[in-house]
Amino acid sequence: MSGRGEMVEVSLLELAHARSGDKGDTANVGLIVYDEEDYDIIVKQVTPEQVKHHFKDMIRGEVERFRLDNLCAVNFLLHGALDGGGTVSLKTDAQGKVLSTALLRMKVEVPREVAGRVRGRGRLPTGTAGEGG
Amino acid sequence: MSDKGAPSSGRPGRVRVASGQGFWGDDLEAPVRQIEGGQIDYLMLDYLAEVTMSIMQKQRSRDPRAGYARDFVALMERILPACIERGIRVVTNAGGVSPEECARAVAEAGRRVGAGGGARIGVVTGDDLMDRLDDLASAGHPLAHMETGEPLASVRDRVRSANLYLGARPIVRALEGDATVVVTGRSTDTALTYAPLVHEFGWSWGDWDRLASGIVAGHINECGAQASGGNCSAEWWSIPDLSEVGFPIVEASPDGSFVVTKHSGSGGAVSLRTVKEQILYEMGDPSIYITPDATADFTTIRLEEDGSDRVRVHGVRGAPPTDYLKVSVAYGAGYKAVGTLVYAWPDAAAKARAGARVLRERMDRLGLAFDQVLVELVGWDSTHGHLAGHPPPDIPEVQLRVGVRGGDRAAVERFTREIAPLVLTGPPSVTGFSGGRPRVQEIVAYWPALIERTAVEPKVSVEVREL
Repeated sequence: MSGRGEMVEVSLLELAHARSGDKGDTANVGLIVYDEEDYDIIVKQVTPEQVKHHFKDMIRGEVERFRLDNLCAVNFLLHGALDGGGTVSLKTDAQGKVLSTALLRMKVEVPREVAGRVRGRGRLPTGTAGEGG
Repeated sequence: MSDKGAPSSGRPGRVRVASGQGFWGDDLEAPVRQIEGGQIDYLMLDYLAEVTMSIMQKQRSRDPRAGYARDFVALMERILPACIERGIRVVTNAGGVSPEECARAVAEAGRRVGAGGGARIGVVTGDDLMDRLDDLASAGHPLAHMETGEPLASVRDRVRSANLYLGARPIVRALEGDATVVVTGRSTDTALTYAPLVHEFGWSWGDWDRLASGIVAGHINECGAQASGGNCSAEWWSIPDLSEVGFPIVEASPDGSFVVTKHSGSGGAVSLRTVKEQILYEMGDPSIYITPDATADFTTIRLEEDGSDRVRVHGVRGAPPTDYLKVSVAYGAGYKAVGTLVYAWPDAAAKARAGARVLRERMDRLGLAFDQVLVELVGWDSTHGHLAGHPPPDIPEVQLRVGVRGGDRAAVERFTREIAPLVLTGPPSVTGFSGGRPRVQEIVAYWPALIERTAVEPKVSVEVREL
């Protein structure tokens, strides 16, 4: 154990994957950690208040959070995120399909050894076939 | 019906329910791959999303014989003979707002391809409340909006469709009547998967844990390939062969536990990651996932890898349903239009914003009033908003996308005539106006409500007849 080791910043993209969807004018974002040992970091730092602060004026209503400890995942409800939602919305992303990645931009603080383990995750490794056409 | 039968009870030891469509417009070849790729017992086809019913309603208002997913009829023409031959039963909500017309079209398609031979089709009706709204209102059912609490009366004259979400019971009745194909209107998506399990395993309607497990199975199946590698954000580049992605198959046991898998040799992947992402999709409070038949607690789900492309799901706990059923109402809510133009380097984003300003000033001068005007720069901030930061001056191009919404159709119509002039009268290096004027769309909005079961359940009807 490193005790009170140095903390460094990583993006949520490196700790978790996510999927988002809609229910009326509310978007949901399910956030799932890659490694179960990182679940506590998410629970402590990715709070409804922090998520609301992250999205700022992209969300008109409140943010709710539900824990799924069984899956090492949390579910966020972003109320008033979709300009009325469904057929009403004028947004390109009227159904909140890519708000998942917008949440994954958020920064969290982790011990340096965690950062070393997760660094670069979530991004296409350079030189992979996925870059081609 | 299924393999590993337990002769003593006449019940199967395992039932395989394959997902074939996750929405109306999904991969047309997927159900064919499910039929041809290996052994399955049931094929479930989900065609309905919240907005789909109102689209189908619009189609029915133009043609009384329309209002269902026509794709389903074409599909049955292809696969019905194979389904009958191999004992695969099909459960679908393709009926939309016209389940009877849909069933008739399927029967005709069946005759065209020589399917029949005693095969039966079941039709579930009674979810359509459109003709009963005033009776229900006068009987004291306000159908208040679930979020705002407003009574439906405030938009009554603009209601386009109103449908109950039905659960698994009517589908099970159709299966008991030996239907090879069951067509419903607005059934819950999950019921299409667990109704076969209730029927095959003889689960009791009070067995909340097994029903809840079936609901989880249904939730995993209902969006097709989203459970088997499609739209998976975890190392998406490593998921193989999405062009022939294998849609999910739920392989259920009598105790309610099940394995999510796909046909061997198909593309995609079934892993803890793909299944977890789908479990969380469109989730509200995970501890109370309400359906007409039971309430499932998604925080009790246990997942384990069970070999390659197999995830075992067990431990799900359930509780009784509520005394209410959900109603999905669609109503006219004004008009909208969206126009786009593309601005090129240099200073593409600044030009696009300047173009939007010119447009807004012109609309103001014309006295056009809207409930909402939304300006987005596609290629910069249309999906991540302020999180995208400021666009660099060297951004090669952006698409300016302006949307307006309001109750005045004429104002929205006039907006659509203000886009093209920007090409010659606004900031330079602009193009991409090839599709003509934007289209004015009528907005048909969604109004979720609840109603007491006792007021509506008696009208639900199931008819099973020869194809």
